[in-house]
Amino acid sequence: MRAFATLLDRLSSTASRNAKLVLIRDHLADQPDPDRGWALASLTGALSFKTAKPAMIRAAVESRVDAQLFRLSRDYVGDMAETVALIWPARHGANREPELSEVIDALNTAKRGEVQGLLEGWLDALDADGRWALLKLVTGGLRVGVSARLAWQAAADYGGVTVADIQEVWHAQEPPYADLFAWLDGKAERPSADAHGRFRPVMLAHPLDEDVDLKKLDPFAYAAEWKWDGIRVQAVSEGGVRRLYSRAGEDISNAFPDVLDQLTYEGVIDGELLVMREAGQAAAFGDLQQRLNRKVVDPKLIAASPAAIRAYDLLAADGEDLRGLAFTERRARLEAFVAATGSPRIDLSPLQPFDSWEDLAKLRADPPEGEPAIAEGLMLKRLDSVYQAGRPKGLWFKWKRDPHLVDAVLMYAQRGSGKRSSFYSDFTFGVWVEDATGAHVLTPVGKAYFGFTDEELKQLDKFVRDHTTDRFGPVRAVRADREFGLVLEVAFEGLQRSKRHKSGVAMRFPRISRIRWDKPSKEADELATLEAMLD
Amino acid sequence: MTRSALKPEALLRPTPKGLWCEPGDFYIDPPWPVDRAVITHGHADHARAGHGSVLATPETLAIMAERYGQDFAGHTQAVAYGETASVGGVDVGLVPAGHVLGSAQAVLTHRGLRIVASGDYKRRRDPTCARFEPVRGDVFITEATFGLPVFRHPPDAQEIGRLLASVRQFPERAHLVGAYALGKAQRVIRLVREAGYDETIYVHGALERLNRLYERFGVALGPLAPATGSKADFAGKIIVAPPSAIADRWSRRFPDPVTAFASGWMRVRARVRQRGVELPLILSDHADWDELTDTLTELSPGEVWITHGRDDALCRWAELNGLKARALHLVGYEDEDDEEIAADPAEGG
Repeated sequence: MRAFATLLDRLSSTASRNAKLVLIRDHLADQPDPDRGWALASLTGALSFKTAKPAMIRAAVESRVDAQLFRLSRDYVGDMAETVALIWPARHGANREPELSEVIDALNTAKRGEVQGLLEGWLDALDADGRWALLKLVTGGLRVGVSARLAWQAAADYGGVTVADIQEVWHAQEPPYADLFAWLDGKAERPSADAHGRFRPVMLAHPLDEDVDLKKLDPFAYAAEWKWDGIRVQAVSEGGVRRLYSRAGEDISNAFPDVLDQLTYEGVIDGELLVMREAGQAAAFGDLQQRLNRKVVDPKLIAASPAAIRAYDLLAADGEDLRGLAFTERRARLEAFVAATGSPRIDLSPLQPFDSWEDLAKLRADPPEGEPAIAEGLMLKRLDSVYQAGRPKGLWFKWKRDPHLVDAVLMYAQRGSGKRSSFYSDFTFGVWVEDATGAHVLTPVGKAYFGFTDEELKQLDKFVRDHTTDRFGPVRAVRADREFGLVLEVAFEGLQRSKRHKSGVAMRFPRISRIRWDKPSKEADELATLEAMLD
Repeated sequence: MTRSALKPEALLRPTPKGLWCEPGDFYIDPPWPVDRAVITHGHADHARAGHGSVLATPETLAIMAERYGQDFAGHTQAVAYGETASVGGVDVGLVPAGHVLGSAQAVLTHRGLRIVASGDYKRRRDPTCARFEPVRGDVFITEATFGLPVFRHPPDAQEIGRLLASVRQFPERAHLVGAYALGKAQRVIRLVREAGYDETIYVHGALERLNRLYERFGVALGPLAPATGSKADFAGKIIVAPPSAIADRWSRRFPDPVTAFASGWMRVRARVRQRGVELPLILSDHADWDELTDTLTELSPGEVWITHGRDDALCRWAELNGLKARALHLVGYEDEDDEEIAADPAEGG
């Protein structure tokens, strides 16, 4: 438990992806089986303990600590689990610290009434970091900034294989993954990937560089279709096992029972998850976003925003692996397959006919179904491409629509973390709006922390330091008025109404596309300009 | 302690200018210039320049002279640990407080009444200063910087072990340790030495004079060098700098630094995030909750006065444990680590 606690503690304060990979990789290298397997299961979100409840922990601490001292502490620390971990009174002569695997074995076999006693015994035996790790482990949701994909990448780094290799076999393995580690250690063959309902690593596209790629590519060698603006999913239904995966291979089935119900086929569809209130009518991304990252499924929300799949590709059908076939062959199979399902909530992403790149450029400027918000651009897929994991060169391209642009004024900057901890690198910007007295004031409309080069970051950082007007912890306000301010050209993908933001709008994927050192602040855009762009 | 006819407030009481001893006409750690001051230790909020006369340990006087110049006070009087001086008829003894080099508790004895003003203190061993000595009195005046039961500092060796493990795990990165310039920095360096690390440790210019002062008083810090050179020179190295420098432009000279911060505040994750610290090291020169409450239990004074910090929680503990406690609400004292990250301290060094 101590090594696992140390790992979580380090991960929780580490921002750099590379450093996180090193921390996890070294943990997998240093820890014995089965502890390292349980750690990997925990990091990938594969564990849940239904018998351990936060209320038990609260009851336990209340019986040991003065209520007033606990309240003062909780107010200071802010987080309940962390307060308990820190305040739990040490008990001399407690049992030795449990190993991670002991904790998991005991929780998996304990009867409901035994869990409280187990937890209290472990809390007595562990130190503050150990108690924190235990509470995170048993109450679910580590929240240490590690995605399943990052953990797989670390496992791949450890074993000297690719992340696609891990993904291919992952869903056929069970924690604590003895076969997987035996393979990564070179002591056994790659374990079987042959399990119903497993994830197939997805094929991804390169962004199209219009100036370079279009000159080289033969339009007759490619198919085109819309890049729908939902989330890419893999919908698997095999031998009675139905699962919905994100493109990173995370199992999101629980959030979409309405979609799972539709998977009446035997096969694997690669497609886009969209909200469709009527068959064939895709809604904007914002509607889907409301259904993501929810712990509890809300039937009202499902009824209001039912999800559906728009199919791009077919990876397996009736037990046959189709990934080795060319795109045109898979496409023909897909069209027949989707027709055979007969579900109104699974439709085809239609191919868009074109004869030249000029044709396609016109189509791209002319959004599908008259709705600019529901497609991000076009996809180009080589007709002879087999379905290959990762981002192979020259086969698939994404040709996104040009982003929206707005000129905004820099208002606040926050210090970054990790490599950027000495830089003001997170920028809040605003546009002009008239207040009640008719004066022009700035209202914040978004925050961006990329889009600029390292050199530009230095210049921005200097600007912030030279023009600070106020400080709030790690945040600085900079001078921004009608006479003086720094104009940032901000690019973003879409704009939605938002009640959480004072300006009433929220940008999707904002980034700084240019720094307008030349532009006077009063010439930045008005809120009305943004409102006209609402999806 | 036998009860004296003298009320404690007649010997010492809080005033807007600090803790004032009326019969001796002197202040303890006054935040403003006064005629006569007794200084417990050299941290800037306790030891200010411009007093008429200062009574302190030789180490504290040396620290003040290093920081403010030789003429920091009109007159100085050195009192070594265990010695007692008479100030305006009040006996003032200085006893080790274990906080930083030279830190002392001021023991005031007058007409059978004894008040122990502990200043800032800690109970655990610190290789850079003398260990706290418990002195019983009618009144014990304590700080409560970490006076919440969530603050329990782990063993020093464990925290230094985490630093050295990280140096081994990330040999291509520099390890930049923020540590307050007086006391914490030298303690970190000394603890790293005790853990067997004998490579050169690089130090920010703001630490150099105090490092030399510590060495003059017999605290060996091993090979040190200024943190100047090319980026590649610092891969796998440890650099110690004042806390404000670790998030400053100064830090950009190091290769992808792991920013560490040695402070008791690092026990709480919100503080770690707020500071953007990657490797928090829980090392404090102040007593943690257990040290505070164990000290009060051990000394069992007639009254506990709390100068600054979380007096609400410590008063509650005292109430639960049958001790008479009161908060003095002294202003002007802050924890040395708790300064806002300074804007842009002088570059260089």
